[in-house]
Amino acid sequence: MTQEPTHVRPAATVTPYENGPLLLRGDFEIVTPDGERIEAGRSTVALCRCGRSRIKPFCDGTHKLIDFRAPAGRQIAHPDAIDTDQQAAD
Amino acid sequence: MRLPEARGELSAAVIEGLRSGQAVRTMGLPKFTGADPLADEDLQLALAVCYELHYSGFDDVDDRWEWDPGLLALRADIERLFERALRKLTGPQPAVGAAEIPAALSALTAERGGPSLARYIQTHATIEQFREFVVHRSLYQLKEADPHTFAIPRLTGRAKAALIEIQIDEYGNGQLPRMHAELFRTTMGCLGLNTEYGAYLDRLPAVTLAATNMLSMFALHRRLRGALTGQLAAFEMSSSLPNSRYGNGLRRLGGDSRATRFYDEHVEADAVHEQIAAYDMCGSLVAEHPELAADVLFGAAAAEALGGRVSAHLLDSWARGSSSLRPVTRPADRVPETRSLAGAAA
Repeated sequence: MTQEPTHVRPAATVTPYENGPLLLRGDFEIVTPDGERIEAGRSTVALCRCGRSRIKPFCDGTHKLIDFRAPAGRQIAHPDAIDTDQQAAD
Repeated sequence: MRLPEARGELSAAVIEGLRSGQAVRTMGLPKFTGADPLADEDLQLALAVCYELHYSGFDDVDDRWEWDPGLLALRADIERLFERALRKLTGPQPAVGAAEIPAALSALTAERGGPSLARYIQTHATIEQFREFVVHRSLYQLKEADPHTFAIPRLTGRAKAALIEIQIDEYGNGQLPRMHAELFRTTMGCLGLNTEYGAYLDRLPAVTLAATNMLSMFALHRRLRGALTGQLAAFEMSSSLPNSRYGNGLRRLGGDSRATRFYDEHVEADAVHEQIAAYDMCGSLVAEHPELAADVLFGAAAAEALGGRVSAHLLDSWARGSSSLRPVTRPADRVPETRSLAGAAA
């Protein structure tokens, strides 16, 4: 239900899905810091955002088992939170 | 594929009609009023035969049967019973707003406690049981994604774009070796199973046919397009984690990376598809057509319910020490029983 951006689309987009992964679409390449290519194998990929996937950098659905929470838009930092604990962000 | 063996009066009438080329004699369905249509062998087989005419058809059966008015009338009678039973099983669904659709789908498909087929297969299943599991899945997986393609001309805008984004991946981006149905064929071959489409139709019980028939009913009726998208979302949302367990189970049994690729691929692919299906496809469809909200959830609930019935059937059969498949009627339908992975090669 993401709205169509009004500006000209860039070559690639990253879309955070609520409580889930980041979807990467378009003309992209995933590389290691050494520049070695990580084969995506498909034109749209899901990148792990919960940190618990067993096939990182890709998502394997584990976020559902750990009740991972993150918004689809930009997360606003909790004023009292000083750590990065997931609960603190809720 | 060849015509199956009849399982009762109704399937016999359909199969004989197709075989002889004579009109299928019209008949009422009085004997099904008290029985559970979802578990009726005769009814589900008759329906499966009617639907297969829309996919690959049958050997030596005139393709024109697909649109034979007499057969379609009979199919409609069966479908009325089938849909009513599905709606009764799943109960009324709330007409939630588009923004609540992904969460409602998540709630319907969340992993529950209790026996899990995927966990059993990961840690306990024998190679014979794994083969049976694959045989149950074969009628759908060898045509994976095909039923949902029927929805493409029936959707518009973002929902249509989302479905196409999923389907392109299902069809391996147009490359045959990457097509999901072909990956499944490879897995079947590695297990020594017959990879021909529909080869095991006679072995599949009503509970398995009902799950595939539901998909075809949703796919062939534009009226049920909401249910079809809901079914697809539910399927994708409850796929990544179980497929990881199925793949681990096959590895435990000696399957190499070629054998397990179908499952490994689905862990990664369906983690993508579930987001697209829930948010971009179902969410957008309901945003455009709020009146379809309850049907989207009905499709998801029905998919979960019938999928659960199939899993329970496999686990119950195995717990009793029996096969989950129907008895062999023809030697060609036999599933290899050898302990080695590729039964046929042994």
